[in-house]
Amino acid sequence: MSEWVKSERQAERERIRRSRGRRTASIATASTVVFVVLVAWIVMSSPGWPRVEETFFDFGQFREALPDVLSGFLLNIRIFLIAEPLILVVGLLVALARGIRTPAFFPIRALATLYTDIFRGVPTILVIYLVGFGLPALNLQGIPTDLATLGIIALTLSYGAYVAEVFRSGIESIHPSQVAAARSLGLSHGKTMRFVVLPQATRRVVPPLLNDFVSLQKDTALVATIGPLEALRQAQIHAASTFNYTPYLAAALLFILLTIPMARFTDHLAARTRRRRGA
Amino acid sequence: MSVLSIDGVWKFFGGHGVLRGIDLDVQPHEVVSLIGASGSGKSTLLRCVNLLETVDDGTIHLDGEEITDPRVNVDDVRKRLGIVFQAFNLFPHMTVLDNVTLAPRQVHRVTRGEAEEQAHDLLVRFGLADKARAYPDQLSGGQQQRVAIIRALATQPRLMLLDEVTSALDPELVIEVLGIIRELKESGMTMILTTHEMGFCRDISDTVCFLDGGVLLEKGPADKIFTEPENARTREFLRSVLESGRF
Repeated sequence: MSEWVKSERQAERERIRRSRGRRTASIATASTVVFVVLVAWIVMSSPGWPRVEETFFDFGQFREALPDVLSGFLLNIRIFLIAEPLILVVGLLVALARGIRTPAFFPIRALATLYTDIFRGVPTILVIYLVGFGLPALNLQGIPTDLATLGIIALTLSYGAYVAEVFRSGIESIHPSQVAAARSLGLSHGKTMRFVVLPQATRRVVPPLLNDFVSLQKDTALVATIGPLEALRQAQIHAASTFNYTPYLAAALLFILLTIPMARFTDHLAARTRRRRGA
Repeated sequence: MSVLSIDGVWKFFGGHGVLRGIDLDVQPHEVVSLIGASGSGKSTLLRCVNLLETVDDGTIHLDGEEITDPRVNVDDVRKRLGIVFQAFNLFPHMTVLDNVTLAPRQVHRVTRGEAEEQAHDLLVRFGLADKARAYPDQLSGGQQQRVAIIRALATQPRLMLLDEVTSALDPELVIEVLGIIRELKESGMTMILTTHEMGFCRDISDTVCFLDGGVLLEKGPADKIFTEPENARTREFLRSVLESGRF
């Protein structure tokens, strides 16, 4: 058979696709511009706008507060970076513990179930209060008193319960035939989990896990309630001394700058999975 | 006029030519079989006709209308085609009746009563009337595939595409599905099918096409292809099929 030479028809087809692509892009741009202008107009023409502009969009205040808020934000990032791996470990262990069927280990399974029930039910901010003020009050040796550390413990407890459920749903979504195939090769329950079920389950739960991470990034601000000088706390200090709320806006901006790349990364992973399935 | 005409169709996957200039015409009421080894391009050709894949060159016309034009409405084209997959792809959360009536109701705007009446007639005709309220996982593979065929039929397609519809079935279940396809042929349905069932293929096809490496090497009446193939590759393929006992 002869080699492929692009035909007239195909060249024309590609021209049509390109021009349609350009048209799609320009329609998207135009409608976005219209939408943004409309929203801006509605907000700015509201009766309270001058007052809001003064208290939330004061550029001088913004410049003044930004360095402190930014240095506080570095603490948020530290809390996040330490809490996240801990959460993954706790979540995975709890999910595995809930899957144990050996009668002798029933207490472990029951404990794991109890843990997820309790910590998914209690609002994160309450967990932070209870851990932040309760743990040090025990006066036990070895209990940390550093506020950020206590915040990390609280976030780990709270998010660990959510992540455990995400992992468990992933494990349960793997078809029983996979377990049957592995067990019939002589692999133990543990080895089946480790080599067959978990590798597939983990891949499947990456998008919901990343979603939880995005949520965790901003929930590091809740730690402000027990006092460490992170971004929200720094903004509060500035706002309290000037009665201007622009520092909050600065903090919000920093959180957005952190979460948006994560959200796009999640989208990217989801799109890649879709492509691999050939849909 | 041909129902379908495929002219010089090319398709590449990652630089590899999966279809290399395919030409094929299908006349009304004609049954065309595509045979060839795995990877010869049979399924890709069906997916191109159904617009599940975009061709990289060449044209496909359905009833004289070019469906490979980028401006064409893909959904409008697919409304006129019925496709049945190797793995059935029934919707597991719906009963048999809902599987069959979904497209007539949602796409073709038929009322529920009318759609269910038509679906019921089809189920009776193909011996599945008692399964209307069953869910797919309560059915055998052969029954599931028959439901999938009925689901495709329910929209009264101009052309049916059957992609290895018996490959996932036990031999004793193959018979019942092949029976349906034979009945479809008798009712005058135009069909393109890919298959490994050579005996059935010879029996039901008006035209058999042998594909090899993305090229349509040989095409002709079923009897001729199976008794005196002209191409050496066709002969080789048929001999290997014969030796594996699939004839």
